[in-house]
Amino acid sequence: MVKLTKKEVEHVAKLARLGLAEKEKEKFSNELSVILDFVEKLNEVKTDKVEPTAQVTGLENVYRQDKGRERAKQGTDKLLGLTPETENRYVKVKAVL
Amino acid sequence: MNLNELTIEKAHQGLKKREFSSVELTETVLDRIKKRNKDINAYLTISEELALSQARKADKIIANGDKIGPLAGIPLAVKDAILVEGVRCTAASKILESYVAPYDATVIKKLRKAGAVFVGKTNLDEFTMGASGERSAFGPTKNPYDLDRVPGGSSSGSAAAVADNQCLAALGTDTGGSIRQPSSFCGVVGLKPTYGRVSRFGLIAHASSLDQIGPMAKTVEDARLLFNAIKGKDENDSTSVEYGDKEEMIDIKNLKIGVPKEYFVEGIDPEVERIVKEAITQYEKLGAKITEVSLPHTQYAVPCYYIIVPAEASANLARYDGIRYGLSEQSKDLLSGYLKTRQRGFGDEVRRRIMVGTYVLSAGYYDAYYLKAQKVRTLIKRDFDSAFEKNDVLMTPVSPTPAFKIGEKTDNPLAMYLADIYTVSLNLAGVPGLSLPCGKTASEGLPVGLQIIGRHFDEEKIFQVAEIYRQSKNN
Repeated sequence: MVKLTKKEVEHVAKLARLGLAEKEKEKFSNELSVILDFVEKLNEVKTDKVEPTAQVTGLENVYRQDKGRERAKQGTDKLLGLTPETENRYVKVKAVL
Repeated sequence: MNLNELTIEKAHQGLKKREFSSVELTETVLDRIKKRNKDINAYLTISEELALSQARKADKIIANGDKIGPLAGIPLAVKDAILVEGVRCTAASKILESYVAPYDATVIKKLRKAGAVFVGKTNLDEFTMGASGERSAFGPTKNPYDLDRVPGGSSSGSAAAVADNQCLAALGTDTGGSIRQPSSFCGVVGLKPTYGRVSRFGLIAHASSLDQIGPMAKTVEDARLLFNAIKGKDENDSTSVEYGDKEEMIDIKNLKIGVPKEYFVEGIDPEVERIVKEAITQYEKLGAKITEVSLPHTQYAVPCYYIIVPAEASANLARYDGIRYGLSEQSKDLLSGYLKTRQRGFGDEVRRRIMVGTYVLSAGYYDAYYLKAQKVRTLIKRDFDSAFEKNDVLMTPVSPTPAFKIGEKTDNPLAMYLADIYTVSLNLAGVPGLSLPCGKTASEGLPVGLQIIGRHFDEEKIFQVAEIYRQSKNN
């Protein structure tokens, strides 16, 4: 049985940029352990010589011209209008460092 | 009969003959929504103004004596994971509660061109993650057949709205059964198209290698009309494909139907089994050849799905960072802003999937989980390939049970996952499947759906096979 410890839950949550309340850590530790235990069932299947599938209809390398598309100012305004914080038509982000 | 109870086909005839106007039709639908929404909660947003302006436009074209297409002036509902420009799009999540779509999804663009009327955006499990409609941040949708039961999910509102005549037809989305299972629970026709047949541009992404938009309707013919209007290649979705449907009509006497034995095992409700088997027997009586087939990796589909889906979802949902759009919690630094925004914005199931996905993709676990699941996916796809070597279509139940009670599975994430047991394989293999109402349980009068599965790009054949059943039942 896979058991995801509280510490591992904290680590995964931080990687995923998810805040968790103290109470939730215990809850998710149990629930995620049950889910991971369930998906372990795949170990019953022999897959040594099997290729992985990511695309089902056989498409490969779909290309397009490497050209930017002009967007009307109106369209850009709409997108900027959804942004919580802007400055001089730039999206404003808190300092990274 | 009230106008809102009409099918697309009948309403189109009425509009053409000017028996009623699109405005009258649309107003009847809007009245129905307003009357019923507090009980059913099928709609998160009612776009009355947009709908009436579209209806007036359609009426003008009709008044001019110009020819109209089959969807002109027809009131449709749209699952609230698909963008309609200028209308709020929430994905039933607090993180997008006040997000207004800045552009149209490709399917919406196509439907606008066809003259359709959008009456509103329908409820769903948050970010399409769920099988009951209960995981919406804005309250569960109820099943019109029994308000104590779930309508299925995640296209819960679309299924309930079609069943309750709160629209003429609707768009849903399906990543692991989210069109077919609610269609089955609510007694409507729902199609999950072949992966790539319908553009995903403007659909809020859940698991990109599986997601598809599809029609939910009162009849097979309506579902076909809607599907034909939205399908096709789109330069904004590089996984979309153009495919020319063959015009040929199938002959039931030459039709070979495979019935996978793995879908009729322990856990299936005896009434569901009886009703689905009776439907298959009906095809046999009409002259089709029925053969038992095996899809040996069926039991691995759900575990395979619940590795691939969370992995893709964890990447897709990284975009909700509180910086470019959506909920944004104030904080002292960048990291705590992310943490707070995503904690407040996402519900439990969404956070579970993001964490499982992050875990299975993280260093040291990738091969054991994600790569393994992709290999099992190959085997599941091969199961279908070999079953289709000797059969034209496959038939199974859509769900092992009819609609279950509200609250029955909410405390147990795994029990909810298993509700998808008959539907997820199709998404993993990319093949199309349709849920066709084929009866109601004797005990509770709840609808049961037959799942008709076709080869890649065989939607037209599926529609014809489904239509044969309907006609045989009407005669």
